Amino acid sequence: MKLLLKNGRVINPANNLDEVCDILVENTRISKVGKAITNNADEILQPFGLQDDRSGNSPTCQVIDCGGKIVMPGIVDMHVHLREPGREDKETVATATMAALKGGVTTVLAMPNTEPAIDCVENLRLLKAIIEKTANANVLVSGAITVGRLGRELTDIARLRKEGVMAITDDGSSVEDNGLFSMALRKAREAKVLVICHCEDKSLSGNGVVNRGLIATRLGLRGISCESEYKRLQRDIQLAEKSRCPVHIAHVSCAESVEIIAGAKKKGLKVSCETAPHYFALTEEAVLEYDTNMKMNPPLRSKNDAQAIKQGLSRGVIDVIASDHAPHTISEKEIEFDRAEFGVIGLETELAVSITEMVHTGLLSWVELARKMCFNPARILGIDKGTLNVGSAADIIVVSADQEWLLQKEGIVSKSKNSPFIGKRFKGIVEYTICNGKITAYQRTG
Amino acid sequence: MFLLMKEKAKIMDEEAISRALIRIAHEILERNKGIKDLCLVGIRNRGVTLANRLAERISKIEDKKVPVGILDITLYRDDLTLIAAHPVVHKTEIGFDITDKNVVLIDDVLYSGRTIRAALDALMDLGRPKTIQLAVLIDRGHRELPVRPDYVGKNIPTAKNEMVEVHLAEVDGKDEVVIVEKDG
Amino acid sequence: MAEELVWNKKDLLGLEYLSKEEIELILNTADSFKEVTTREIKKVPVLRGKTVVNLFYEPSTRTRVSFELAAKRLSADVINIATETSSVKKGETLIDTGKNIEALKADIIVVRHNYSGAAMMLARHVAISVVNAGDGWHEHPTQALLDIFTLREKLGKIAGLNVSIVGDIAHSRVARSNIWGLTKLGAKVTVCAPEMLIPPGIEQMGAAVTDDIDEALKDADAVNVLRMQFERDEQNAFPRQVEYFKKFGITEDRLAKAKKDIIIMHPGPINRGIEIASEVADCPQSVILEQVTNGIAVRMAVLFLVSQARDNETIT
Repeated sequence: MKLLLKNGRVINPANNLDEVCDILVENTRISKVGKAITNNADEILQPFGLQDDRSGNSPTCQVIDCGGKIVMPGIVDMHVHLREPGREDKETVATATMAALKGGVTTVLAMPNTEPAIDCVENLRLLKAIIEKTANANVLVSGAITVGRLGRELTDIARLRKEGVMAITDDGSSVEDNGLFSMALRKAREAKVLVICHCEDKSLSGNGVVNRGLIATRLGLRGISCESEYKRLQRDIQLAEKSRCPVHIAHVSCAESVEIIAGAKKKGLKVSCETAPHYFALTEEAVLEYDTNMKMNPPLRSKNDAQAIKQGLSRGVIDVIASDHAPHTISEKEIEFDRAEFGVIGLETELAVSITEMVHTGLLSWVELARKMCFNPARILGIDKGTLNVGSAADIIVVSADQEWLLQKEGIVSKSKNSPFIGKRFKGIVEYTICNGKITAYQRTG
Repeated sequence: MFLLMKEKAKIMDEEAISRALIRIAHEILERNKGIKDLCLVGIRNRGVTLANRLAERISKIEDKKVPVGILDITLYRDDLTLIAAHPVVHKTEIGFDITDKNVVLIDDVLYSGRTIRAALDALMDLGRPKTIQLAVLIDRGHRELPVRPDYVGKNIPTAKNEMVEVHLAEVDGKDEVVIVEKDG
Repeated sequence: MAEELVWNKKDLLGLEYLSKEEIELILNTADSFKEVTTREIKKVPVLRGKTVVNLFYEPSTRTRVSFELAAKRLSADVINIATETSSVKKGETLIDTGKNIEALKADIIVVRHNYSGAAMMLARHVAISVVNAGDGWHEHPTQALLDIFTLREKLGKIAGLNVSIVGDIAHSRVARSNIWGLTKLGAKVTVCAPEMLIPPGIEQMGAAVTDDIDEALKDADAVNVLRMQFERDEQNAFPRQVEYFKKFGITEDRLAKAKKDIIIMHPGPINRGIEIASEVADCPQSVILEQVTNGIAVRMAVLFLVSQARDNETIT
């Protein structure tokens, strides 16, 4: 059955389209984008959700009335921890992709720091089999740079690429050894695979748990300086330049990093980067009550840094908004701050937070938002996603942009509930998520 | 806890209070056969004022000073949690040994007897007095414990919804005893 | 007459969270309790029938004994639970332990823990009172309160005083609590330590910073000498003990350049010859032992106030 999305404000970041028009989906693909696509008299339309057909004939096309709503590509989230295999108590491919769909995310890139890590073909195949059987959305896989992510021995990057990894990263750690990392970059360039950098100098961040500064001092907690991020960032960019290998910088959190990346781009280096919604929606002040749902790495930074991240997005220095979705169980989070695991979930809230903080405030247009969350990540990964181009797979979301909602713990779909936004209100709710042409999730809002 | 109070009647004026205190001072001296081993302990707040006045009276009669102490019974109350909101603790200041002394406890109004019971506990923790006697300006009845005063300024029968207020110049600007009715 | 301040917090987690008036209320209440400790029968029945549990995750004798005596003088029943924790061993969680203590119908948990924020976390999960006896580097409110009480007793006021705190400021909960308390009451605070032991942002907490001990002592009305915790030195970053004494030790020579009546304080236990010279610890200006005495009165006041707040909560 065909699917017609009528009268929505259609946002296509691939060609800067921002217009009220219709989209027709046929056979899992977008077949038409334009005004008034219902002129075919043979078409028997049925509004989505209606059980009976009024006319007595089988309908040929479902219709969703998108009047007053935003229609944009499904989000491509290139930084997600699925936790499977190994920590199915925190999350599984199945539950994470359900959470993704609720948040309007139709494609995710899985991080390789599972147990076992995705550092060899056997493990990659294991994960791919799980994805094949249980994924509810599109799941791409990344591989580790070093065996076990221990930073000592390189994985077989070329083979991993052949077997289908879309990127390599030791995310969670940085490769400490300069020589080893240089070698990794060269091999990645040869294999034409993206390297994602987690920039952290462990000798500087040590046992830190919050941003270094007044707040850390007041709380009596060890601090993680911005230096530990931007010094490693400088190294990674230098080595990438030398190896002529494109790199993508994960979870940018501070002002200095934004400037360093801006400088690198100006020089013409192939550096892309991402930030997560919590780095522009929250600051270190959120940690003042020792709430471990505010603990992640890199940590929440100062007001100044959050401002710089916002501007980095507006200026185009930051290319991508990705969640860094990191589920953890209660026993790993509801404990002393020092001992709690780093990380917060984000699939279900990244769009709403971004809309509230960046679009409704005028810092990003809808097209620019769609670029950060859909088009750019797809382009950086080299996949045909993140657009509403005719002929592409129908990964589309229908968003009620002004609808306000409250995030409650009970409403969270992800298996783990460690969100920093519990109890907060946002504007922007995904009403329909269409993945590969099928309506996979919808929420009625009144 | 704010209750609307309506003044109903004035029971004693300045002169009446003064005469009552003079009489009590004489009674104390008569019963204790002079001021040897005598000491006065006033219960905060107005009991202290009364104790000071009695001490002055006594020293005029005997031409000798009698020691006065201040007792704060907040830490000994049994209905600590039931009195108005949050009791504030003040210092007990008894600068002399009460052991083997005749202690006259002084308070402004005797009602349920619980304040006096707490005061007795406090005094027992401070030493071993020979006797403890009780002097009150007003006894309004409604005892809940077996406590009886040795010296009384005036007996006033009251209803439970009434309150007896003693005002003293040092604290309230004027001397009088009034009955107020709790409204609502 | 201004309405008297009412204490309505069921917990005492830190001086950062108290107003000037609340701190003064504790100090005034402690005054009355000090009187109790001078009597022959050092007991009042205020907490009769109540149970205070000392939950100490870090070894401590003086603080624990001080709290125990304070509780007993208020006629409470006291239980001491001492546990050893290592970051590797993961036994019963703090929250579970707290909930178990609550299930035993205890009324107050006095908790000392090696992780910052532990007291606050515990207080969030139990309805009974939690008193922070020291959490990681964060706060040690009763220590600062007794320090300030002692100063107030000796000098009659806090506002306008110059107080210097010398030692490992970065890792000191005593320093943090003192900075909060003193600045809220209007004192001028200076911290003095080698640069690596000064935490970032301490000036924004209201303290002046110097690494020159003579400068710190010059106009000081009081100096609070912190214990150098060499056992906490994780990265061998500390100066050697002898070096430290030379540069920062409080000696009679150093004091000769300070005010004649400068008050010497120390939270204890003292490392004679490392942060403070023996003669100084025993000199007439030293109030170290009075701090210990005052600690009981201050802790009695704290236990009384939090208990009363909770009682009032349950009836209103």
